Amino acid sequence: MKPAPFAYLRAQDTRHALDALAQAGADARVLAGGQSLMAVLNMRLAQPRWLVDISRTAELDSVRVESGHLVVGAAATQGSVEWRETLRDEVPLLRMTFPHISHFQIRNRGTVCGSIAHADPSAELPLALLTLGGDVTLRSAKRRRTLSAADFFQGMLMTAREPDELVESVRFPLKAPGQRFAFTEFSARHGDFALVSCAAVVTDDAIRIGVGGVADRPVLECLPRLEGDDLRSALNDFSWKLGARDDANVSAAYRRHLVRQLGWRVIKEAK
Amino acid sequence: MRTTRNTGSGDAFSVALAEDAPCSVALELNGVTRSGACETRELLSDFLRHELGATGTHVGCEHGVCGACTVLVDGVAARSCLMLAVQAHGRRVDTVEGLSSSAQTLGDLQEAFARHHALQCGFCTAGILMSCTDFLRRVPNPDEDAVREMLSGHLCRCTGYTPIVAAVLDVAKLRQAQSREQEASHV
Repeated sequence: MKPAPFAYLRAQDTRHALDALAQAGADARVLAGGQSLMAVLNMRLAQPRWLVDISRTAELDSVRVESGHLVVGAAATQGSVEWRETLRDEVPLLRMTFPHISHFQIRNRGTVCGSIAHADPSAELPLALLTLGGDVTLRSAKRRRTLSAADFFQGMLMTAREPDELVESVRFPLKAPGQRFAFTEFSARHGDFALVSCAAVVTDDAIRIGVGGVADRPVLECLPRLEGDDLRSALNDFSWKLGARDDANVSAAYRRHLVRQLGWRVIKEAK
Repeated sequence: MRTTRNTGSGDAFSVALAEDAPCSVALELNGVTRSGACETRELLSDFLRHELGATGTHVGCEHGVCGACTVLVDGVAARSCLMLAVQAHGRRVDTVEGLSSSAQTLGDLQEAFARHHALQCGFCTAGILMSCTDFLRRVPNPDEDAVREMLSGHLCRCTGYTPIVAAVLDVAKLRQAQSREQEASHV
């Protein structure tokens, strides 16, 4: 349970990190909060030649409101967003999401962008970003591009990020008038990986419902404002569409059951 | 600190630390400047115990789940097994050894743990005490649910957690009473 040897680079600024990634490409891993990567290194599931540490790169450690979005920089911790006093009014769904993410001690150090870059299918922040219709800004030494969350997540721990790119920031849309939100998940113990997680954005005429933990990435479904049996039927269709499989924890049928139940709950509880 | 290679300008890694060379790390441990040598891959938990001899911090699962190795980094509770020693260079690290003013006394949190039988074997205790230290600074007057949420980041197989919750709530109450007394004496 100790990492294999690697060379370590503390990035002085963003340019330094980007130059290192341009030079090392897939031989390097970006270390931000390390709350996923360090565990992966300790278990030697990854053995990169280089670690590029951006955790103390001041210009990446920012959280700000800009053109209708909450913009979170690559080095900003989950804790720094969670304890932001104005978060309740800015992005209520994020405020509902944080308590489900692992534990207080992990959120203190784990970064928002890191969780999104890691793209674990049962992680909460990728689900929240997708459900809100947020986007991801990728930057390399040569270019900067912005992808919607839907285009960024490509599969189990797979994203559209190229080896020379850094997830520079992610953007969560600010609450719009009439939007109501809810987040819930089911796991064996508080802080464990969720078996199924659900987020919803509900307005007077539409429902956006996102589900994590079932497919190889978070999945979003947009529905009209259905009620009663119509809603139950739509949630059942959605649960089948996710392609749940039996695994060591639970059966596919049980995951579909959770999607139907938690989906109903978040839509009803959205506030 | 030795550099990986010296290829001059244009090499982003010219200031990197090599995997095979010892690097020197200096940090402020419980208010005292300490330094030592380590490899880049050395975890902060191992550096504290093996290099600095601060064995109060315990090592359990080494992947961030059990919470035994929790320390404060610049005042914030974090897993020392999910952080490299080189990342702690120049930072303040507080461990259980710093919770009391002398080896013969206990801090108020430790006294409350003893009073409420909030530990048996003690393996998890050092980490829990550090989490509680950060938590009570942020949330001086928590309810039971908040304390249990904070404790969810720690595994304790002896106590069933209930005495730990009682100890934390007790300390919060005592500190509140103390600060009220202090305020009153200033009037």
